[in-house]
Amino acid sequence: MADSQYRVEDPQGGTRDRMVTRTADGRPTLHIPIAPHRPGDEPRYARFTQQPGDLERPDPLANFDLLHDHAHGLVRVLDDDGNAIGPWDPKLGATVLRDGLEWMLTTRHFDRRQMKMQRQGRLSFCLECKGEEAIGVAAGMVYAPEDLLFPSYRMQGIFLVRGMPMVQMMCHCIGNRGDISKGRQMPVHYGWKQGNLVSISSPVGTQFPQAVGAAMAMAYRHESRVAAAWLGDGTSSQGDFHHGLNFASVYLPPVVLQVVNNQWAISTHRNIATGGKTFSARAESYGIPGIRVDGNDFLAVYAVTAWAAERARHNGGPTLIELLTYRSGAHSTSDDPSRYRPDDESRLWPGGDPIARLARHLKNLDEWSDEQQENLENRLEKEVAMTYKQAETYGTFASGPFDPPETLFDDVYERLPHHLEEQRDEIRILGKN
Amino acid sequence: MPSMNMIQAVRSGLDVMLERDQSVCVFGEDVGYFGGVFRATEGLQKKHGKHRVFDTPLAEGGIMGIAIGMGIEGLRPVPEIQFADYIFPAFDQITNELAKLRYRSGGEWTAPVTIRTPCGGGIHGGLFHSQSPEAYFTHTPGLFVVIPSNPYDAKGLLISSIELNDPVIFFEPKRLYRGPFEGDPQNVAPWNDQPGAEVPDGYYKTPLGKAVVVREGSAATVIAWGTMVHVARAAIVESQIDAELIDLRTLLPLDLETIIASVRKTGRCIVVHEATRTSGFGAEVVALVQEHCFWNLETPIRRITGWDTPFPHTLEFEYMPTRQRIADALRKAVDEE
Repeated sequence: MADSQYRVEDPQGGTRDRMVTRTADGRPTLHIPIAPHRPGDEPRYARFTQQPGDLERPDPLANFDLLHDHAHGLVRVLDDDGNAIGPWDPKLGATVLRDGLEWMLTTRHFDRRQMKMQRQGRLSFCLECKGEEAIGVAAGMVYAPEDLLFPSYRMQGIFLVRGMPMVQMMCHCIGNRGDISKGRQMPVHYGWKQGNLVSISSPVGTQFPQAVGAAMAMAYRHESRVAAAWLGDGTSSQGDFHHGLNFASVYLPPVVLQVVNNQWAISTHRNIATGGKTFSARAESYGIPGIRVDGNDFLAVYAVTAWAAERARHNGGPTLIELLTYRSGAHSTSDDPSRYRPDDESRLWPGGDPIARLARHLKNLDEWSDEQQENLENRLEKEVAMTYKQAETYGTFASGPFDPPETLFDDVYERLPHHLEEQRDEIRILGKN
Repeated sequence: MPSMNMIQAVRSGLDVMLERDQSVCVFGEDVGYFGGVFRATEGLQKKHGKHRVFDTPLAEGGIMGIAIGMGIEGLRPVPEIQFADYIFPAFDQITNELAKLRYRSGGEWTAPVTIRTPCGGGIHGGLFHSQSPEAYFTHTPGLFVVIPSNPYDAKGLLISSIELNDPVIFFEPKRLYRGPFEGDPQNVAPWNDQPGAEVPDGYYKTPLGKAVVVREGSAATVIAWGTMVHVARAAIVESQIDAELIDLRTLLPLDLETIIASVRKTGRCIVVHEATRTSGFGAEVVALVQEHCFWNLETPIRRITGWDTPFPHTLEFEYMPTRQRIADALRKAVDEE
């Protein structure tokens, strides 16, 4: 058996080496994909070969096959110098852009505080979306309040933008008496019915067919509403991914399905998630448009999301969006990525940092300055810290107060059945002894 | 009052609810144009429209996923899983998503889904068209698990299930669709004029979570559900023992009160089910009877169940509990000191 190494084109813009084992006489061998870099490697990412302006912006009701290049290419708006270029530029006013920047920064400071609280033992667990802020924030700004959204992890921004009070998000993570989910879920499983944000569930991917069903209900009632769901590159391997796309392709409901391709599912690199080149390309085989977008480019994410939402809202049917990004932080506070990837891989990601890129764009427009940013960050840091203090007035992770034990039995059913009544009485008696 | 078989009763229940409530919709594999492989939805698409009664791709996980999404959006979906044997690709959506949605969201989100699925053996269905998987679901808080044994209950329980704001798995013992099977495959009478076959045309409800005493007696209590209600009744007649027969109708939540009252009276208890014995729902019933009626018991509680094997094809009537096995158990329960 001989090993040979050959270069393959990296769909993300650079090249990567694939180790393929071959027998001398060409018999089949088992191919185990490898990640491009492991600890000790020197990460190399080429710049994106795709440029802003490369891809047309078809009418949102265009036939899906006009989107072929979009499924295999990369929609970009901001160039490497921070200028907005090409037909996908959503032409947002400076106020909207500054709002976007502020929400992304709010998200980052929120995460930073939460991570700090976890390290201090004031949260059991936490998970940040560092480097992916554009995804939750842009989507939060695009979808209408009446749209129904099934967010995934690392979308704190979408909750903040749609108006969930930050203190409630923190209360949820603490699990105290201000927690909407009543301390039942692990932290970061936000949900907020008032904002049409369906509670996050740890079995990931299940939300794809659920969002399709919700969109079917909207179409059933002829409502001009949209349902949307997100999952990651790792989760795209689940059957639910196919179920969602397949049912969407059959019933053509107003749904937008999003794959956040952030390269890593804990230690599983996207090379293990699929042998295919892009995730968006899968849409074509279902007869629906697939668009791949630079997920760290706020303007591009905004524009593509708006395109797909408009298509859905006007009976054009579903769209699959691949958001190309990089998980800069650890998977969670229980994870140590230095054991499976080089520390500086994120820094070299060709998409850069979404906050820095939007800030640079605003500065190019003379609509932002370093001083403004510093002031904003100082204000956010204080506000977030104060909000955390406020959240702890509803109870701390260390000492509560938490809901009384008998509330364990609430919400299993609409009405408490007899056997749960008995079990509740048992726990009450235990409390008295 | 018209006489209906169980298929007609299920169809009538769906029809009534489609008529009454625009949020009800019915879907599944072969359910729409064709009317279902057992004909339960025959004519419903034509009557109510193809957007309310429709065909789906062959993917139980997907069917359940869209049902949950529809439920979240305020519809009352009634998906059909063509055979209970094929419910397992939807297991994650049912047990992790559907059953826990209300709880995990602190009561903010719910999905009132009623999953209809034909279950049980006796139709030469072999391993994969005969299973009784109820115990997988009674082990999951948040679900209702319902299983009728006659057309009247089938319609009334189905309407109650559709109107319930919690999710329901509605098992339909397919052996009972056309007539009350009493254990003899050569001799199955149609439902006409049988007890439970008089079914009103219109709307009515049979309460969930309530068992029914099918036959009163004092010598022993026989607890059964689905097809086994009829086999057990025939066995009681054959044994000439004055046993009380309880049809549970709803397994989760269980009507323990009816069970306890009966066993306290008779002091003897037999549980009959078609599903495999080990970790079957019978084990739960036995444990509860032991906990609540220990001092009233005269003899050990017995289980008559399917054997702990996969469901067979040619030997299915040796696999399913027979009248003889039930009658023997009854005699032992009564004769033992």
